[in-house]
Amino acid sequence: MTLHARLVVTRPAFTLDVTLEVAPGEVVALLGPNGAGKTTALRALAGLTALSQGEIVLDGRPLHTLPAESRPIGMVFQDYLLFPHLTALDNVAFGPRCQGVAKAEARRAAATLLERVGLADRATAKPRHLSGGQAQRVALARALAVRPELLLLDEPLAALDAHTRLEIRSQLRRHLADFDGATVLVTHDPLDAMVLADRLIVIENGAVVQQGTPAEVARRPRTDYVARLVGLNLYRGVADGARVKVGELLLHTSEQLDDAAFVAFPPAAVALYRTRPDGSPRNLWQARIDGIERHGDNVRVHLDGPITAFADITPAAVADLDLTPGQRIWASVKATETHAYPA
Amino acid sequence: MSSSVPEQVDLPGPPRGSGGRPAASREVSGRPPWMLVLPAVVGLAFLVLPLAGLLIRAPWSTLPQRLAEPQVLEALRLSLVCATVATAVCLLLGVPLAWLLARVSFPGRRLVRALVTVPLVLPPVVGGVALLLVLGRRGLVGQWLEATFGVTLPFTTMGVIVAEAFVAMPFLVISVEGALRGADQRFEEAAATLGASRWTVFRRVTLPLIMPGVAAGAVLCWARALGEFGATITFAGNFPGTTRTMPLAVYLALETDPEAAIVLSLVLLAVSVIILASLRDRWANTP
Repeated sequence: MTLHARLVVTRPAFTLDVTLEVAPGEVVALLGPNGAGKTTALRALAGLTALSQGEIVLDGRPLHTLPAESRPIGMVFQDYLLFPHLTALDNVAFGPRCQGVAKAEARRAAATLLERVGLADRATAKPRHLSGGQAQRVALARALAVRPELLLLDEPLAALDAHTRLEIRSQLRRHLADFDGATVLVTHDPLDAMVLADRLIVIENGAVVQQGTPAEVARRPRTDYVARLVGLNLYRGVADGARVKVGELLLHTSEQLDDAAFVAFPPAAVALYRTRPDGSPRNLWQARIDGIERHGDNVRVHLDGPITAFADITPAAVADLDLTPGQRIWASVKATETHAYPA
Repeated sequence: MSSSVPEQVDLPGPPRGSGGRPAASREVSGRPPWMLVLPAVVGLAFLVLPLAGLLIRAPWSTLPQRLAEPQVLEALRLSLVCATVATAVCLLLGVPLAWLLARVSFPGRRLVRALVTVPLVLPPVVGGVALLLVLGRRGLVGQWLEATFGVTLPFTTMGVIVAEAFVAMPFLVISVEGALRGADQRFEEAAATLGASRWTVFRRVTLPLIMPGVAAGAVLCWARALGEFGATITFAGNFPGTTRTMPLAVYLALETDPEAAIVLSLVLLAVSVIILASLRDRWANTP
């Protein structure tokens, strides 16, 4: 059940062109900012949006020639789209009924699936009486009920509040692990992607900009968007041994590289000083404070200068340094805290 | 449409308004201007007085006997049967037509939509004449109907139904098309991903979703058919027992027996009020 797809969708002001390979049992997350085209890609896989070009092949069979109702897919929509006039059970039984399964049989299968997602007691409830987390699980059961070979999930957790999300995320992860077909999920939340997916495909402006395992992507971001998602400062420069020239600034790194290279370091690795520090940290530059905001338990300082950077420091440090926007300040990063890799 | 709630970053915001309810929306001060109130009152009286007159002049003492008269019962039965069958015909043809207008894009769709609404603004008498020209014995289709099936529509009960359906169908089509446009089409997409054919999607998803709109349209359609006069008398004539519906009977009785006309009118008024009440309930009960 290997999925191979090249999806090209051309719109007046936008072109999506991505290639996907998903192995059986593998969960691939399409990650990207709003408007990047990830939902369009998912809809194209489902047959809800027509391909301008390309192909979708599942296990050697072309899918792109089939209408949505003939594709062996299951889809979970962002706001679930449970049929409001049917009970949870009949929502789940809907797919099997369409496939020609007898009513009693379809309902039995649906009841089994509801039990698997822990909702046996909500079978007779109408969708408007289900909580967000329950509706999400019914939607998953409904998609699995058609025994799909390809499971598609569009922002499966986006409509949930933070608390429910945590619980549903781990449940969803378990169900996806049990599913032996190919899974493609779309999300703009890096945490959802990291937890749920075996592999990430980052899409920006309709094109794939990076792919790899969550660990690879988190460690070696290749675009500003990915760097922001995984919380790193990222620069592209030219390497010469253990130094990378980024604009006017020469950054010392622990890796030896040549030619075009990325340098990344976490905001927490940036130290700030009011006056030029004694001793010589290898990477030191003068910056201007562009903004200060709360970030979790810490304070994130936006730095402008030879390079723009985020620095995470403690509220106590902000008070000690008496930081104000517009102020000039010294920033430093140890070479050992940076990570350089070929561009 | 991505409704993402950003992961909550707890900012020390301004203190929440302590009991600071927004001031209850204030009444607009001053009296309403007489330039608006006076015409409004006249307009209200204009609408209500005739109905009140009907109630005041009704021969209440002889009402039961008059209602039990065979002609009255016959006209009432004929009216109810014809309006109901006409509504069924409108549902059978109008719902698919509304679906086509709302869901399938084809060249000339705007023109078709305009054509559908023509009977709405057309004087019913003109509709009756047009029906005669097409479905009459020597009409384009009527000739063929008689030759092939031996069916003649004009001046028959079937003709009443045809005339009523012709006049009333736009009400249903417009109502159902509005409901279809208002319904979230993504439910239909969800059904398609579950393997439902377009017919199954329509039957098991679309139709249940737009049921309130269909019901409202059917009631409007039925009410319009029940009151139909012009097209009916032109196309189907005025034969007691076969084509003389309530509105025709009212008109006829007015010349010979005004009290009978009042009684018949009262019946139609009662039916209308009941419809209005049932519609209100439906609209109030559906979110």
